Amino acid sequence: VSAAMDTESTYSGYSHYSGHSKKAHRQGRDRHKSPRSKDGSRSEKSVTIQTPPAEPLLGNDASRAEEGQDDNWGETTTAITGTSEHSISQEDIARISKDLEDSVGLDCKRYLGLTVAAVLGLLVFLTPIAFILLPQILWRDDLEPCGTVCEGLFISVAFKLLILLIGTWALFFRQPKADLPRVFVFRALLLVLIFLFVFSYWLFYGVRILDSKDTNYQGIVQYAVSLVDALLFIHYLAIVLLELRQLQPMFTVKVVRSTDGESRYYSLGHLSIQRAALVVLENYYRDFTVYNPALLTASKSRAAKHMAGLKVYNVDGNNASGQSRAMIAAAARRRDSSHNELYYEEADHERRVRKRRARLVVAVEEAFTHIKRLQAEEQQKAPGEMMDPREAAQAIFPSMARALQKYLRTTRQQQYHSMESILQHLSFCITNNKLPWAFLERYLNPGPTLQYDRDRWFSKQWTLVSEEAVTSGLQDGIVFVLKCLDFSLVVNVKKIPFIKLSEEFIDPKSHKFVLRLQSETSV
Amino acid sequence: QRIEIHKLRQGDNLILGFSIGGGIDQDPTQNPFSEDKTDKGIYVTRVTAGGPAEIAGLQTGDKIMQVNGWDMTMVTHDQARKRLTKRNEEVVRLLVTRQSLQKAVQQSMMS
Repeated sequence: VSAAMDTESTYSGYSHYSGHSKKAHRQGRDRHKSPRSKDGSRSEKSVTIQTPPAEPLLGNDASRAEEGQDDNWGETTTAITGTSEHSISQEDIARISKDLEDSVGLDCKRYLGLTVAAVLGLLVFLTPIAFILLPQILWRDDLEPCGTVCEGLFISVAFKLLILLIGTWALFFRQPKADLPRVFVFRALLLVLIFLFVFSYWLFYGVRILDSKDTNYQGIVQYAVSLVDALLFIHYLAIVLLELRQLQPMFTVKVVRSTDGESRYYSLGHLSIQRAALVVLENYYRDFTVYNPALLTASKSRAAKHMAGLKVYNVDGNNASGQSRAMIAAAARRRDSSHNELYYEEADHERRVRKRRARLVVAVEEAFTHIKRLQAEEQQKAPGEMMDPREAAQAIFPSMARALQKYLRTTRQQQYHSMESILQHLSFCITNNKLPWAFLERYLNPGPTLQYDRDRWFSKQWTLVSEEAVTSGLQDGIVFVLKCLDFSLVVNVKKIPFIKLSEEFIDPKSHKFVLRLQSETSV
Repeated sequence: QRIEIHKLRQGDNLILGFSIGGGIDQDPTQNPFSEDKTDKGIYVTRVTAGGPAEIAGLQTGDKIMQVNGWDMTMVTHDQARKRLTKRNEEVVRLLVTRQSLQKAVQQSMMS
């Protein structure tokens, strides 16, 4: 039974929601009005995205209590704001402290949801067994003996329950990647369905069998078997609703980062907005290059120059609109010189980066030629000079250190790589027989965010800002924004068009050609 | 539309001093001189400088309508070449048309 407890509690692992929400279907805009007593009028929640870690399911709750603190290494936090009527608010320090108190409150709710789902699961699993055992316990003497038929049914019940167990384990027993505080409609639906279903079965059982002390044991056992069959079908329904329906791509989603315009496209199926946001964030860490605030300083200084160049004095208070137009006109005239500056600056920078890069590549290649791997036989011959990878790395590092540092400084990546990390990477490359370019590819191009140390991510707390309710499904034309402190991702949803495909048959014999010339003859 | 008379000059062969292109067996869309790209007539593609054709006033882009009375609007390239280079003829009379001529005719018709 303890195994049952573990696996049945996994219903909750997959569906975190508060106790309130289990009873109701949230339709459309009613969601944001749901009573969440701890949160105040803005209905903000904290969501935890657990990045890969192997913690047992219930153990997550303990660690979740520490969330909201920025130095918590294993967690990233997402706050979800439902803003169907209210305007979008700005992030500020106060919100972070608010998150702290929110997160503590939310834990209790999540715990509640977890326990309720666990209890329900256990109940559901034990019901058929109870159906079979109760008559035996209560009125054993009155029962008709039923020999082989009943035993056959017992076996089938046992195996079906086993299959149900394995299926539930496979489907629901997963590390939660994120907690989305809004009700996930399908999961709630399923749990309500299961509850009603089991309830009605118990009702029938209680009234018709327990009260009247039915003696037809075979009928009772068949009743239990039918319950297990129906549970298996509900499990099938769960698979289709929760897993299969969103596999087929229906929408193309364009994600643009606000600071440097880097954009990507993803394909999604039928998902709710919050789950789509989750998918986008998971892909963000893998696909987008890391956010580097140092790269924006150039454009910021240009913008500052634009603003500083124009001093407008407001003589009359009511002349504001005329003045702004004059300002823009003056700015347009001024633009003559600044685009020139931009062009030359960029060309210069490009050249400098290339030069440094060339020096770096040469230095690294040369350094790598000094190292030679010792074969096993050779290892006995020259014991004095042998070095393990770390020492080898330290030995050749000085020859390339300067070039590498200069290159990193030019491309403004120097804060992402500490000397320790470079040495480690170097010894790793040496161990795995990688060539100099393999060592360098990490430094030459800025990679995705996952590649770097967590301290440098600049993007740990996310807020979903959306005009539609976050549990409504994706539709064509929806735009929502995922904000974190320094930048935001604008997500634009477009429907994949309905494709009309028609067929045309070409007879292979119909490929004929003729020669068309235009010759010129002199006469 | 003018009628031109050419003199044949002998090197060892009789040459007229121009090149032709076109014909009903050729691809009319590649003809740079024709206004209507389905026109399969014979066009003058080059005129050699100082040759008898140039002396007589033939220009590039002229479409040859008749040669010595033979129609040239519906002939193959080879037949056209043969008609122009008959050995026993010394003088070749061509009926040609030119776009500038056509425009002049149209203008005179309209005015």
